[in-house]
Amino acid sequence: MNDILKRLSERFPVSNIVHQRENMVFVTLQKINSIPCISYLKEFEGFTHLVMLAAVDFIEDGIFQLTYILHNYKLHTDIGIRVKIEREHPVMESIHTLWAQARTYQQELKEMFGIDFPGSPGIDEPFLLEGWQNIPPMRKDFDTLKYSQETFFPRPGRKSYDPQKYMKQKLYPDKEPE
Amino acid sequence: MKDKDREKFPELVDGKAVIDLDSQKFLKVWQGPQHPGVTGNISLEVTLSGDEVVDLKTHVGYLHRGFEKLMERRKYLQCFTIVCRICVPEPDTNEYVFAAATEQLAGITIPEKAKWLRTLTLEMARLASFLMWIGGQAGALGMGTIAQWTVAQRDYILDLFEELTGGRVYHMYIVPGGVRGDIPDGFIEHVEKVMKGVEKVLYDVDIALLNNAIFKMRAKGLGYISKDMVDEYGIVGPNARAAGLARDIRKNSPYLIYDQLDFKVITGTKSDALERTFIRFQEMVQCVSLIRQIINKMPKNGDYHTRIPNPLHWKIPAGETYVRAEASRGEYGYYMLSDGTEYPRRVQVRGPSYTHAIAVLEKLAIGTNLADLAALMVSLHTCPPEIER
Repeated sequence: MNDILKRLSERFPVSNIVHQRENMVFVTLQKINSIPCISYLKEFEGFTHLVMLAAVDFIEDGIFQLTYILHNYKLHTDIGIRVKIEREHPVMESIHTLWAQARTYQQELKEMFGIDFPGSPGIDEPFLLEGWQNIPPMRKDFDTLKYSQETFFPRPGRKSYDPQKYMKQKLYPDKEPE
Repeated sequence: MKDKDREKFPELVDGKAVIDLDSQKFLKVWQGPQHPGVTGNISLEVTLSGDEVVDLKTHVGYLHRGFEKLMERRKYLQCFTIVCRICVPEPDTNEYVFAAATEQLAGITIPEKAKWLRTLTLEMARLASFLMWIGGQAGALGMGTIAQWTVAQRDYILDLFEELTGGRVYHMYIVPGGVRGDIPDGFIEHVEKVMKGVEKVLYDVDIALLNNAIFKMRAKGLGYISKDMVDEYGIVGPNARAAGLARDIRKNSPYLIYDQLDFKVITGTKSDALERTFIRFQEMVQCVSLIRQIINKMPKNGDYHTRIPNPLHWKIPAGETYVRAEASRGEYGYYMLSDGTEYPRRVQVRGPSYTHAIAVLEKLAIGTNLADLAALMVSLHTCPPEIER
């Protein structure tokens, strides 16, 4: 793994290297270098398996972190490529030409985080949500409670109790409520 | 495909099929979200020319409950009631992978006995999942009886889970630090009794299904996966092993106590639905052997849980990781990122069906007969809840 990292850092400006465990390492790359680096790892270093493409919303820093996890079946090692992109109008280069399965991940990220991958097949089609009018729901500023209160209405006749008061009343009916 | 055969297929413009339904050459039908077999709730938008599939699009979204979003608002221990629900037939893999990721970020090592008990539950869940799958595979090709036999045996395994964990379908047995309890008295004898029953049914299934002429004729050549496709489409598990690639996480990167068990990676060559059935059938037989090895070699005494901080006020150190395990359908993994608080910042699930049921199925279905489409879906062993976490 150290040899691969050495060769990688000779070619690309990698930073923030974290050896998570013996056979897994995370590195950070700039957006402009990330796709050439992923292509290099796939074509020359044997990281032929795209394990997943994950996104994390760092709303306080105004960025999305995309993590491409790649696996090498010969050495049984993993590398996680972290790429930070702007949260306002997030756009990232597509990798569907490298892995056909990547389009599904990209389609989901477009819907759930609003990250655009221009050129990815079916990127504008809905993936899970039909007719979604709100902001992308996996973003941290999407208020799930507010959405459910506005969208769904309580069933008529349904009562809700404060669990603490309800159990006290049920267990000690003679006792006066505080 | 020969050019003259191309006539009945839609015209391709920029690599995309242009389907003119007014031409009356094509018919668009929807299959699902209920299917013959046990493929779960996904919908297939099928374009047909005669009874041959010329285009297919998978539609998901029938099961979306926002688990990943819910986990961001729950403490690590509270997530266990959610993660097991991501895959109904095999919830233990989710529990294990989530627990292992938490332990890795928190720097916890678990006792030896807990590793054995976790492996036991994982193998029992794998066997239960396969038993349900083979019923679906036979059912999709018109043999409903097989499902009656195998699902009954799965129920006996669920009885074992109930005895061990208190729950039949969702167990929440694997928790950070180990497992929730030791094996109860008489459990080993019950396991042995169930394994004997499973072996007997597998013998019957071998005769009735794997030697059935109709099954062989219909499954042969169905959904051929080439070796080149495996990496391009992220195909894992038995689907990749049927293509001749010896890829099994239990062997390649052993976790828990798999390095102490005697088993080999089962591979095939023909890579069609029939070969995948053979591979999974052999893995079921292997599962029985592994469960027997575990109950024979498992240490009798020892802690099954290590001390962890108060789980309701447990701050996991900041960091990120990806942990994987071999489920019955292939690589199952969790990406977890902690920001040092009591709540996970982000959890993302990688289920094998994410690729198998969408990109792979859409590719393999082209040219398939409509009657074989259900069998093709089941042969990929898809489970939609893990697509729409």
